Amino acid sequence: METISSGVITPENQQYPVGKITQTFERAHSEQRGVIIPYFMCGYPNIKDTVDIVLAAAEGGADIIELGMPFSDPLADGATIQHAGQVALEQGMTIQGCMDIAKQVSAKSDVTLLMMGYYNPILSYGLERFCATASANGVSGLIIPDLPVEEADPLQEIAYRHGLALIYLVPPTAPDERIVTAAKRTATGPGGFIYCVALSGVTGSRLELPAHLQDFIARIRAATQEQKLPLAVGFGLSTPAHIATVTSYAEGAVIGSALVKLIDQHKDDQPAEAVKMYIQSLRQK
Amino acid sequence: MQQTNIKNAYEHNHYPDERGHFGDYGGKFVPENLMAVLAELEAAYKDAQQDPAFQEELKRELSSYVGRPTTLHYVPRFSERVGKNVKIYLKREDLAHTGAHKINNALGQGMLAKRMGKKRIIAETGAGQHGVATATICAKLGLDCIIYMGEVDIQRQSLNVFRMKLLGAEVRSVNSGTKTLKDAINEAIRDWVTNVETTFYMFGTAAGPAPYPRIVRDFQAVIGIEARQQIMQQEGRLPDSIYACIGGGSNAIGIFYPFADAPEVKLIGVEAGGSSMEEGQHASTLVAGRPGVLHGAMSYLLQSDDGQILDTHSISAGLDYPGVGPEHSYMKDTGRATYVSANDATALKGLEVLSRTEGIIPALESAHAIGYVLEQGEQGNIPEGSLIVINLSGRGDKDMMTVAKAFNVQL
Repeated sequence: METISSGVITPENQQYPVGKITQTFERAHSEQRGVIIPYFMCGYPNIKDTVDIVLAAAEGGADIIELGMPFSDPLADGATIQHAGQVALEQGMTIQGCMDIAKQVSAKSDVTLLMMGYYNPILSYGLERFCATASANGVSGLIIPDLPVEEADPLQEIAYRHGLALIYLVPPTAPDERIVTAAKRTATGPGGFIYCVALSGVTGSRLELPAHLQDFIARIRAATQEQKLPLAVGFGLSTPAHIATVTSYAEGAVIGSALVKLIDQHKDDQPAEAVKMYIQSLRQK
Repeated sequence: MQQTNIKNAYEHNHYPDERGHFGDYGGKFVPENLMAVLAELEAAYKDAQQDPAFQEELKRELSSYVGRPTTLHYVPRFSERVGKNVKIYLKREDLAHTGAHKINNALGQGMLAKRMGKKRIIAETGAGQHGVATATICAKLGLDCIIYMGEVDIQRQSLNVFRMKLLGAEVRSVNSGTKTLKDAINEAIRDWVTNVETTFYMFGTAAGPAPYPRIVRDFQAVIGIEARQQIMQQEGRLPDSIYACIGGGSNAIGIFYPFADAPEVKLIGVEAGGSSMEEGQHASTLVAGRPGVLHGAMSYLLQSDDGQILDTHSISAGLDYPGVGPEHSYMKDTGRATYVSANDATALKGLEVLSRTEGIIPALESAHAIGYVLEQGEQGNIPEGSLIVINLSGRGDKDMMTVAKAFNVQL
């Protein structure tokens, strides 16, 4: 930024090609449907089954898949995903293992992949190495629940440079100015969406959708109008009815704990097939 | 100003910066749902700091309720065991109400919570001392109190669990992870994320997301401010060194901080060496860890090669923690403070010797600092004529079951 002759392109004025995430939302939009975003914990119920489950979800019609990276201290997660993470770690799952899963999935499927996990294992793996490997293995974006915008600069700069979106989470308690900041940051990167956290709380299935969810989504829509970013809703969604309701006013819906429970029920009986059928049921409105 | 590399020197009164950073450490690595409430807390704290009425009330309560100032007490018979012409003073936080320094912070944060209109208080506890202090202050101020405590700690600190319940607190057992302090913090944070509008998180140590490391340091700094005045009155000079045990680091930062501008005073934090320095067998975060992010802050951590938080062990529940406050990490990197390790046996020996030479039974946590100084003395590493202050952060009554077990005594 000192001289223009250096030829260095700063992140602020760098132009990124339209990312795969954006294309995914555009395709679903043209088909007049919401984007289905299932979450799977890498290494749950075991390392081998994860790849089959993720591929089955893609076949069933999932547009984007979040690959969860286990962490010993997942403070934004409820009991279900905590348990899945613990099992995954006991199975020997590592960040490298998650990278390998991404690679195996993207070798066989064109589904859009995101990696979701806590900051410390990523930091420990090395931010540059993490982003380079994720990008090479077919990943399009990252979701880090314990990395608010204030601390995100180091990772965001590297992620964007490797063509990875950094997805920010926006909960109901976020004031408008923070939503605007998240939207602006997202818009300067290679595509992405706003992850609307449906409720004040940790991940996990809830019986009902929060009462003011639609108003909350409308507030985010207003605050992000300028960037026209797609909105995906997560946390607490557990039934096909929830997904249908949410995708009537948002562009995407994330489903996590409910799938962990489904896999748990079919652990010894073709979990991939059960996941595929479940995702198919979400796609048939 | 001397020619120092500013970037690598600890400058007194400069930290944290406006983003809550101590050099590379600290910050706010929390779910977005907590960002608004942390900002609210920051603003309320700043406001209270500048309000003479708040400061006056805090001072009054510290005096009449907590019993401050605590004494700076010379221990001649123990000093003799350490070395020739060595003079050791203990800062007697064990004499504070509820028996440990934790009350200083709990009182301050409790008054802050009340000022912010928050009626529901949550807190984590390891040894139970912060839980007891929190329950005490909640009873005094008429606030609802929920304490998260690891199942393992509930077993080894049953007396403190009973005290908390007697004071009207609800104690919630935490069964996740290692079932100790770090998991109690995880669970308290999950509660906070869920009940963020109504709840005040009374964080017990100088760690966690900003502004906690600063708030806790400031409320605990009364220890060092008093000690500095007292040593000047009693000895007419500053001590050569100050020792404090360190888990999360609140008693240590409380006594270190007011001396940090006096480079001639060596500051030494004593971590828990557990049963051995093998992975998982100790809690010596600054001695054996490397930087990372846990519980909302960048700081030294005990972690695996893959960035997973390691199990820890210490005979004292209050030090059994894989993280440490960010200001200590910065003090370590800048060389302003030194961090060492004392194992379970050293702590037990310290406890026994101080009890027998001075009639003071220290908490197992504090006994790490006592035992370390004793051991250094016996090895001839404490120079003749040294003037030393040790922060006696708490009394040992709560640990009698653990100590009896360690000495193979059936109660």
